Amino acid sequence: MSDRIGIEVKHVTKTYGANKALDDISINFQKETIYGLLGRNGAGKTTLFNVITNRIFPTSGEVLIDGQPATENDYAQEKIYMMSEQNCYPETYSVNDVFKCTKAFYPDFDQEMAKDLCKKFNLNPKKGISQLSTGYGSIYKLITALCVKADYILLDEPVLGLDANHRDLFYQCLLESYAKNPRTFILSTHLIEEVANLVEQVIIIKDGRVIRNESCEELLSSGYSVSGTIAVVDEFIRGKKVIGETVLGGLKTVSILGRCEKANIPAGIEITKLDLQKLFIDLTNC
Amino acid sequence: MKLDFESDKPIFLQIAEEIEEAIFVGAFPEETQIPSTTEISTTFKINPATVLKGMNRLIDAEIIYKRRGVGMFVCSGAVAKITEKRKSDFYTKYIESMIVEANKLGLSKNELFKFIEKGMEEACHE
Repeated sequence: MSDRIGIEVKHVTKTYGANKALDDISINFQKETIYGLLGRNGAGKTTLFNVITNRIFPTSGEVLIDGQPATENDYAQEKIYMMSEQNCYPETYSVNDVFKCTKAFYPDFDQEMAKDLCKKFNLNPKKGISQLSTGYGSIYKLITALCVKADYILLDEPVLGLDANHRDLFYQCLLESYAKNPRTFILSTHLIEEVANLVEQVIIIKDGRVIRNESCEELLSSGYSVSGTIAVVDEFIRGKKVIGETVLGGLKTVSILGRCEKANIPAGIEITKLDLQKLFIDLTNC
Repeated sequence: MKLDFESDKPIFLQIAEEIEEAIFVGAFPEETQIPSTTEISTTFKINPATVLKGMNRLIDAEIIYKRRGVGMFVCSGAVAKITEKRKSDFYTKYIESMIVEANKLGLSKNELFKFIEKGMEEACHE
């Protein structure tokens, strides 16, 4: 049993009355891998995180962490850190207090690195957490999460409220932290384009079910885009699964699902990469 | 080094090509260390596994090699190897596409030759 590593989610269902937040979900999160957990609002991302971290109980099914049950098991939960959207600390706390408090629970917490990251993000750690703006409210939690050396770091909507510069800096710090201490990161987000190259594996959930679980490359190869004059493109897309189109004057660009047969491309049609955001919208549309 | 995230070419292939180009033009000389997976990954904000996949292609092609615990180094003879490969790619990459475009424009064989001569002359003058 001890050679089983990673987080195994096995047939987990969570119902709230008649509403199925998670519907028979099975996923494995391997060690030392960066995952993107994508889904629309209410798809079940946070519920899944809450089940893994034992904040709520699943209605049925189980979660194993390195082979150990996650439920009511401190030994397993020690290996996980979750950054959540909600604030879990007393309002009177300063950022420094949060760091201290985290160190008490995770003795490996890297305080030097936390200090360093505060400087990088221009955050004064003496500030009270209730005085922080929305962006900095996410930033202090991100810094905390990146400095915890637990094997599994769950980040729920990590870039919420962050401006473009800070998002960029966060992605860089995440990769640096991962290089220094390889561990599993699971990022939940709906900004697929931003995390596409960052994560090794993309998991898309919809209505509490996993609908895709593959590398970004595989996801991209599930379709392609074509552009050309309207007549030529319309002729070409006949009988193909179209997931989005834009017309600009006489020029038409269409996103298509399916394999691209490069040999059968008529003249006047240009093939480009599939638009991930369009694919994501199509996959998760009701 | 630059990567085009809009391109339909997978990122790992772009990484392999960009490193190869840097070796070819002498930016990474033979028997010297190339940037680490981490450096490339954090610079472009891409997953280190993607970078490694690109590097592994070059390891298989014996253009770079790994020194355990140190990093990746350029093989001796890598430039000659890349030159050979590029020569054989030249036909498919440039000549074929040139002829497709020439046919679209209705250029004759003679006109095409003239363009090539003109291009070579101008390159000499520069």
